[in-house]
Amino acid sequence: MITGRATQLQGLYDVVVAGGGPAGLAAALGAREQGVERILVLDREREAGGILWQCIHAGFGLHHFKEELTGPEYAQRYLEQVLEKEIDVLTDTFVADIDRDRRLKLMTGREGIRVIEAKSVVLAMGARERTRGAVRIPGTRPAGVMTAGFAQKVVNLHGYLPGRKVVILGSGDIGLIMARRLTLEGIEVAGVFEIMPHANGLSRNIVQCLHDFDIPLYLSHTVAEIHGRERVEKVTVAPVDERMRPIPEKAWDIECDTLLLSIGLIPENELSRQLGVRLDPVTNGPIVSSGMETTMDGVFAGGNVVHIHDLVDFVSQESLLAGRNAGLYVTGNRPPADNIRLSPGENVAYCVPHTISSERPHTIYLRVRRPLEKCSIRFGTVLEKKLSYVFPAEMVTLTVQPKFLENFHGDALSVDVVAR
Amino acid sequence: MNYDVTIIGGGVIGCAIARELARYRLRVILLEKECEVGFGTSKSNSGIIHAGHHSATDTLKGRLEWAGNQKWDALCAALGFGFERIGELTVAFTPEERATLERLLISGRAKGVPGLEIWEPDRLRREEPNLSSDIVAALHAPTAGVVNPYEACFTLIESARANGVDVAVDYRVEALSRGGDGWTVTGTGPDVASRFVVNAAGIFADRVAAMAGVGTFRIHPRKGEEYLLDKRLRGFVKRVIFPLPTATSKGILVIPTFDGTLMVGPTAHETEDRSDITTTLPGSDEVFESVRRVVPGISERDCIAEFAGLRAAAEGEDFIIGPTAAKGFINVAGIQSPGLTAAPAIAEMVAGILENEGLKLTARDDFVAAVPPHVRFAALPLDEQVRLAGEDPRYGRIVCRCEHISERETVDAIQRGAHTLDGIKFRTRAGMGRCQGGFCSWRCMELLARERGVPITEITKRGGGSWVIRRRDDGDQP
Repeated sequence: MITGRATQLQGLYDVVVAGGGPAGLAAALGAREQGVERILVLDREREAGGILWQCIHAGFGLHHFKEELTGPEYAQRYLEQVLEKEIDVLTDTFVADIDRDRRLKLMTGREGIRVIEAKSVVLAMGARERTRGAVRIPGTRPAGVMTAGFAQKVVNLHGYLPGRKVVILGSGDIGLIMARRLTLEGIEVAGVFEIMPHANGLSRNIVQCLHDFDIPLYLSHTVAEIHGRERVEKVTVAPVDERMRPIPEKAWDIECDTLLLSIGLIPENELSRQLGVRLDPVTNGPIVSSGMETTMDGVFAGGNVVHIHDLVDFVSQESLLAGRNAGLYVTGNRPPADNIRLSPGENVAYCVPHTISSERPHTIYLRVRRPLEKCSIRFGTVLEKKLSYVFPAEMVTLTVQPKFLENFHGDALSVDVVAR
Repeated sequence: MNYDVTIIGGGVIGCAIARELARYRLRVILLEKECEVGFGTSKSNSGIIHAGHHSATDTLKGRLEWAGNQKWDALCAALGFGFERIGELTVAFTPEERATLERLLISGRAKGVPGLEIWEPDRLRREEPNLSSDIVAALHAPTAGVVNPYEACFTLIESARANGVDVAVDYRVEALSRGGDGWTVTGTGPDVASRFVVNAAGIFADRVAAMAGVGTFRIHPRKGEEYLLDKRLRGFVKRVIFPLPTATSKGILVIPTFDGTLMVGPTAHETEDRSDITTTLPGSDEVFESVRRVVPGISERDCIAEFAGLRAAAEGEDFIIGPTAAKGFINVAGIQSPGLTAAPAIAEMVAGILENEGLKLTARDDFVAAVPPHVRFAALPLDEQVRLAGEDPRYGRIVCRCEHISERETVDAIQRGAHTLDGIKFRTRAGMGRCQGGFCSWRCMELLARERGVPITEITKRGGGSWVIRRRDDGDQP
């Protein structure tokens, strides 16, 4: 175990990063690149690294490190860099509040309640899982209904099992990975039930976690009722109609003792909300500029707090940018402000960042609303790029060079993904 | 041991009676079938202390509602559970409905309920801007409050215990027999002998009465589904909002809970199954459609949790409180709404009935009315937080990030009797927030295992077979 500890908590930092997962660690490194002195990463867990510690499967770092790592390996590499660069990491510390003067109220398990100040703040709190209440599954409320992430923590970090026979609701990546993981543990996984007509996880996970283990995937199906008084005894599953309501005549029961929920992540923006940064109702994360600055001066954000990523590599890349710009903010070397607003158009749910500058290259992240094959992504009339397919579960990333924007003179650029 | 009184049922009624009897030199035991008191009907209660004007004056309900309402301030001062008089509004959409408000106003005033007034639309818009603009008038009753009913149960019983009352949980009563000078209760624990038995068994009160040979009434459970909304909506409405009442129900309400969430519900549907606490799709639709009519900005997308409970309605729809043909057997049955409101008054009434039936009530001179105050760390001012965390760093270590519950508060809850995840949840709110325990369940399990000295695999959600995890090398048994 490698973990940092601020030997002496100071009263003022140049950059304080809320969250020590992959986003927070990358942001701290980004700030350090700009020569900023006092950087502090705060994490509520006993070790920084975030949810990566429980992701013991491989597939991390293909873009960033050009090799396939496990979650802990990926976290370890970042943590070592952070420690090498003498960045303070304070764990067992919860950021309870941030105010407009960038004072942070910390709850720490060792040093009590502390208030510190920051010249710049990076929000990197990640995401939380949606729970049963969010989808209102009828029935009883026994033990054994849990999020896939909770099960992953139980199995991978603590060495216990969540149950004996499992049904999974939702085809999010964590659920798919847990379908395989639990199968390897000798647990029967009766199936994955997805209310949408398409899967919500990466294609590679559908293949490697379900197909390879003969675990059935039921699209346009849901869990219609949970049964059992003390522990889950069975669930009723059913196909859904066009209003996504279960069709009772076609329902059937599956005996099981566990229902895993993999029904999506929500950016963890409680602090952002307290702080008053503007949020995008589609991403549930802050509205950010091309420098990952929120609508609050000197407050930056990166990673799942901004929008849900499917690969940690992109979290790191985006948060590195947030950290660099937080550093530039502190040193007074900020780049010129953005001059173009991106406006999600045809089949585009959202774009991050929300604004760009015609003077610099930018990586744009977006998600589509519907799957499409043989399509194009269009930025107004200035740029069109062919894509072989798009899928809501897989984020589209695209780098835009300034030369394409030379002849663009408006202030809002529509982004569309259309069939060719 | 031979007791003076056995109380069957540890809901809010049983707990309030236990605490009331604890004032006297008596040997009292309370038997509860769940793993903790308050885990039956009371846990799923809407938590409203009704203003006092709802029930007709010629009923027991009507008499005890306003009497009970006035006793909650003193109880809260002693026990420290969550309670606040936030007021209520009953809304009218038509001139005919408005006439009903006028009638409620007159009957409420006749009972002595203070502060009742009818608000016209301009006042209503100012006070509650998010109510539907179709509302033509509302009856405001400032005496209404909200309480955490489970917390009330926990602290009532804590106080009763501190004053010598015995409590047996996981005790399901199976038979009652009378002989000699009293009763013997048989069940899933050692037999209990006492001179008097108080039947506060909620939806099973008719069965317990039948065991005593006085099965003269029937409980017909009425199910209510409730939906809890995200704290983001805090302040969206400030008072409890009632539609006009019907014959069997006070309607589907919007309830700003003591802790800052909004709760919407309950439905009211008769059920034959006394274990039916399922939520349903039609129930959810009914609640949200009804609520949207009154508060259009509320959406099911804000739902973070759902639950259902059973009201112990009796034929005649009134409370059944009093002695029976079986000597020493007292019924406290059919306690549906406004039973929570009336609970402290019911408890005093039951003490009086016991005295009439021959139980000598001698006040204890060492009765301690208060329990040690609970620390709600997140609600304290910063300097107080700094001081407390300086004394005990466990106040600084977060357990539940949604509700900002510290390790020290969690450990306190365990030391005060929580031995399940739900026990911690309902005492501290850890796990009650928007992530519903996704983050804190494991921490709570670790703390339970540590403080109670048991393996983590023995931790349950709610006692019995509600296990959470199993060992890797377990066979078929968890």
